[in-house]
Amino acid sequence: MFLKVRLPIMLTFFAGLIPIVAFFFVDGTPVVKKLSNSLEQDMVIVSGFALLLGVVNVVQGNVRKIEPREKGWFYAIVLLAGMAFMGLFGAAGAMRLFGLPGIGMMPDGRPTPFQWGSLYMFTPLQATMFALLAFYIASAAFRAFRIRNLEATILLVAAVFVMLGRIPIGEPLFGPITEWMMQVPNGAAQRGIIIGAALGAASLSLRVILGIERSYLGLDKNE
Amino acid sequence: MEYFDSSRLNALLLFLFFCIVVLAFIQRARSGGNLFIRRIAGLNAIEEAVGRATELGKKVLYVPGIMSIDENQTIASLAVLSHVAGLTARYGAELDVPNKDPLTFASARETVREAYLHAGRPDLYNETMVHYVTYDQFAYTAAVSGTMVREKPAANFLIGSFYAESLLLAETGQASGAIQIAGTAEVAQLPFFVCACDYTLIGEELYAAGAYLSREPAMLGSIKGQDWTKAAVAALIVLGAIFESLHVFHGLKSWIGIN
Repeated sequence: MFLKVRLPIMLTFFAGLIPIVAFFFVDGTPVVKKLSNSLEQDMVIVSGFALLLGVVNVVQGNVRKIEPREKGWFYAIVLLAGMAFMGLFGAAGAMRLFGLPGIGMMPDGRPTPFQWGSLYMFTPLQATMFALLAFYIASAAFRAFRIRNLEATILLVAAVFVMLGRIPIGEPLFGPITEWMMQVPNGAAQRGIIIGAALGAASLSLRVILGIERSYLGLDKNE
Repeated sequence: MEYFDSSRLNALLLFLFFCIVVLAFIQRARSGGNLFIRRIAGLNAIEEAVGRATELGKKVLYVPGIMSIDENQTIASLAVLSHVAGLTARYGAELDVPNKDPLTFASARETVREAYLHAGRPDLYNETMVHYVTYDQFAYTAAVSGTMVREKPAANFLIGSFYAESLLLAETGQASGAIQIAGTAEVAQLPFFVCACDYTLIGEELYAAGAYLSREPAMLGSIKGQDWTKAAVAALIVLGAIFESLHVFHGLKSWIGIN
């Protein structure tokens, strides 16, 4: 009970309280600021170990797909091969093994294997995913701007003004209206959401620090 | 040497006021006071979404955002995950929780395991339900989108902290025909979720979700305290705008050191 419930709640209490106290102290204050900075560094270290747990989980999950030849098992092999390639050459480069000068470029200007994988495989794949956003915005806008009721009509009219105000041909005429719409009605709504969310976050933090909210520990109210 | 940062005195006063109000309402709730919390449609629809997945024999996909456990939205998301996992355990529906952040992955796994245990169905829990995908934002998006297209989950939950991937995930889920419940406090991503999802938890609704779903008096008390603080902040903003417009208290401003 102590290790599973009380100790995590006590640790959460202190780990949550220290940054709050540190916020009200000037830089250079002994103990408090040091503790707060140290907590942030600890988080990075713990994340590093947790990432190892994640890598093990990925390997286990994909091996489990390959063994019984589950649907799409071939892609699991591609994933594991990619992970092994980048992992091995990344580690070898970082440790300067096999004559690799690092994980960037070779002295003669050629990319190291890790850099090659990053430049010619990983970056284009990332860019492809990001580029898809343009098409998804178009389809989402089409759905949002269909005139179904008064609110949707207002949204459509506002969107037309904003779009016209943001292109060179429409900027002289619609620019000021666009700016007003973005700064006044849109800005007011956004501020309302931001203030509500900030207070909600503060309230949640208080619940976590006081041990009232425990679901993130896998505990319920009776424990 | 003075250690206290006097420029943050206003923040300290608001913080103390907020703590006092929240703690007072928690105390009131614990002593049996009746607290009304308005209905949140997105949270009421969770059971319907899980029920639909169960009837169709398809999985429930839960995406807890892309940030780590030090982000409040992730903690709020795990509270909702606990409830969703409890429902999938009761109904016997399949649950899939892909993760981007390793610490969130570890917490989500523990949350789901305990939810199945509390629902009295530890036999239905298996380690592959909550799994790690990758630390890269778009690789994660590609993997989750692929799951939506190939396996066509009947219910998608996109709850937590999202950035550029929000619309990619929500639109893919919409195209796959799933019922979608989203929630985030990222203001820039909210329009995308509102466009592409059936229900959206907006900002503070996400943070209130854990309390709303658990119905625990102490948690509901904190929501009530938060609402009263919000009312006080709104009143201060209105008063500030009036006083500023009428040039009232200009001398007071220089006295308390506001430029």
